[in-house]
Amino acid sequence: MSKSEKSNQEIFPSPQAGRVRGLDYLKQLEAESIHIFREVAAQFERPALLFSGGKDSITLVHLARKAFAPGKIPFPLVHIDTGHNFPEALEFRDWLANEVGATLIVRKVEDTIKQKSLTEPKGKFPSRNWLQTYTLLDTIEEFRFDCCIGGARRDEEKARAKERIFSVRDEFGQWNPKLQRPELWNIYNGRIHKGENVRVFPISNWTELDIWNFIRKEKVDLPSIYFAHERKVIEHEGQLVAISEFVQPDASDVVLTKKVRYRTVGDMTCTAAVESNASTLDEVINEIISTRISERGETRIDDKVTEAAMEDRKKNGYF
Amino acid sequence: MDLLRFITAGSVDDGKSTLIGRLLYDSKNILIDQLEALEKSTKNRTDGSVDLALLTDGLRAEREQGITIDVAYRYFTTPKRKFIIADAPGHVQYTRNMITGASNASLIIILIDARQGVVEQTRRHSIIASLLQIPHVVVAVNKMDLVEYSQDIYNNIVIEYAEVAKQLGLQDVTYIPISALDGDNIVDRSEKITWYDGKPLLEFLEEVELDHDINLTDARFQVQFVIRPQTEELHDYRGYAGKVISGIYKKGDKVTVLPQGISTTISKLEVNGKEVEEAFAPQPLVIQLSEDIDISRGDTIVKADNLPRVSNELEVLLCWMDDKPLIAGNKYLLQHNSRLVRAVVRNVEYKLDVNSLQQQPVEGNVKLNEVVKATVKTASPLVYDPYTILSVNGSAILVDETSNSTVAAVLLQQ
Ligand SMILES: Nc1nc2c(ncn2[C@@H]2O[C@H](COP(=O)(O)OP(=O)(O)O)[C@@H](O)[C@H]2O)c(=O)[nH]1
Repeated sequence: MSKSEKSNQEIFPSPQAGRVRGLDYLKQLEAESIHIFREVAAQFERPALLFSGGKDSITLVHLARKAFAPGKIPFPLVHIDTGHNFPEALEFRDWLANEVGATLIVRKVEDTIKQKSLTEPKGKFPSRNWLQTYTLLDTIEEFRFDCCIGGARRDEEKARAKERIFSVRDEFGQWNPKLQRPELWNIYNGRIHKGENVRVFPISNWTELDIWNFIRKEKVDLPSIYFAHERKVIEHEGQLVAISEFVQPDASDVVLTKKVRYRTVGDMTCTAAVESNASTLDEVINEIISTRISERGETRIDDKVTEAAMEDRKKNGYF
Repeated sequence: MDLLRFITAGSVDDGKSTLIGRLLYDSKNILIDQLEALEKSTKNRTDGSVDLALLTDGLRAEREQGITIDVAYRYFTTPKRKFIIADAPGHVQYTRNMITGASNASLIIILIDARQGVVEQTRRHSIIASLLQIPHVVVAVNKMDLVEYSQDIYNNIVIEYAEVAKQLGLQDVTYIPISALDGDNIVDRSEKITWYDGKPLLEFLEEVELDHDINLTDARFQVQFVIRPQTEELHDYRGYAGKVISGIYKKGDKVTVLPQGISTTISKLEVNGKEVEEAFAPQPLVIQLSEDIDISRGDTIVKADNLPRVSNELEVLLCWMDDKPLIAGNKYLLQHNSRLVRAVVRNVEYKLDVNSLQQQPVEGNVKLNEVVKATVKTASPLVYDPYTILSVNGSAILVDETSNSTVAAVLLQQ
């Protein structure tokens, strides 16, 4: 293949003579994810993509778009809105759905709380994460979804390392070890009984850094809160929490204005910001790489641990 | 930078968890929460060493509790490669897990305890590696520190294993003496094993040649999904989305659609919504054909001058993966990539002893973890290649229609 061909960027020439076609590792991951998306579209009657607003689900949307081009994404994006989201993230969600021409379904935790007279979480940082599960299960029932696509990755924590790509759930959304199937080669068995559904994780084999590298390479747009900006924050147990409609300072709090960015997009009530000057994607990625290095050293790591744990909790609510 | 998927195999206590922990730790790929746990446990240790096996203790806990044990996946990256490790427990009855983990691997690390040498498990893991045609084999002779780094002991193990490899026809075997616990010959060359002049393990993993693992000669493509936007500007668009299983497709290629047996020409190729002149394995592709033919999911598009087999009478090796036994005469669904057909297992010819490769008569039903040779008849023909010739188009699964479980791994034979 000559260097001038347009697809050349995706291809690196191998040193071995005669074999010049090979895919770079991100392209291999992408190929696997696209294959999974197409299996979902073909095997299920009513799939949906669970869109949380964060970089992982934005990456999913991006991959889904590639999988079905020039057609539209053949399933809706579903957002379970806790009511505590960053306005920037909601604005971005609406923009993205419109941009890719996907149907957007939003269901609110607020409504579930009212309908089911659930107890609102209290306290200074009232998290509705846990309540999302109720809304999600209702939404699955309402639309009779037989498959929910999610952005969980196996590198997130030990417990996830053995999660399947196609993970069968019973009608209560529960993971039952007995229902899990061996996954051989690239053959995905999505057959289910009535009432069951399957959670599918197309980016299982991606790590956090793979996601960032993909976002950089593909110039994927992200909500503005991923980049450094000024914000009024308070410090809580070593973490920076933004002041908002949902989090109000106590008399004892010192309100500071800091330049911060977010590493995850969660609820305003429980997502901590990190101090940062990184205003471009390259700067953000460089910071993440160097943080990981210092995290391995002697530096304090509590804030990151808590942050990661929060994202996990959010996802556990979903998955 | 490319991608290597590998599997680690060894008997219990050969040091598999320690080795994986060592690779993750020394390549600086440890997540924060894991590191914290590791450091905490290290504080309790008198010698100050780090318990690397802890990094993979998700499975360990399960093993102790006797819950389902299966494959866990771990990730690490070096500047040269991204690695995906399939970590399958080594216990005797877990043929199922090992086959699952090995099905996507292009390399296997077989651990041998230097004090034990080649044992029955080593043989079994090697047989599975040969059945599944894993292209590269690394024999890591571990715990060299416990045999005083003896070259004689190592050499004897190499000689012993070479005999196994020869019997099984394993092509590409590399031997490395290591101590997973102390990190000898893992990332850096060992200062104690001075007589070894090969690469340390990680360097070998980073440099092993993978380009030839993908077949670019026999073009195989199966339709996963038909894209029909039916919008105004794409009114008549009909694209066949799938993955290039092997080989290369070019615009203008004369192709045959199977099993229909219809010939036509590729009029357009698209990758990720962009038109391309050619596409190769394993790229995701959308093919448009010059003629309007009735094609649906599971149909295969190949080049007219390089045809796979088309048959509904199949000779197969089955690895049984379900608690419920296989009963000859039972009906199942057979899934070959995206093609789903009804199938009946007709005749079970013999059982393959996975410790010796000997053929044994089958008494009664086929049980979990057994590998058998059988004949299968499908309701409509399968378009395939023998596993030994083109594994990516020679593998399938059996699904139990009543439980929907995946009950067998299928290796299609001649
Ligand atoms: N001396 C020595 N001990 C080792 C080595 N590798 C592993 N071990 C020890 O062997 C035991 C079993 O190791 P583990 O990694 O848990 O084995 P697994 O069952 O194969 O995962 C542990 O006590 C390890 O510390 C080694 O290279 N040298």
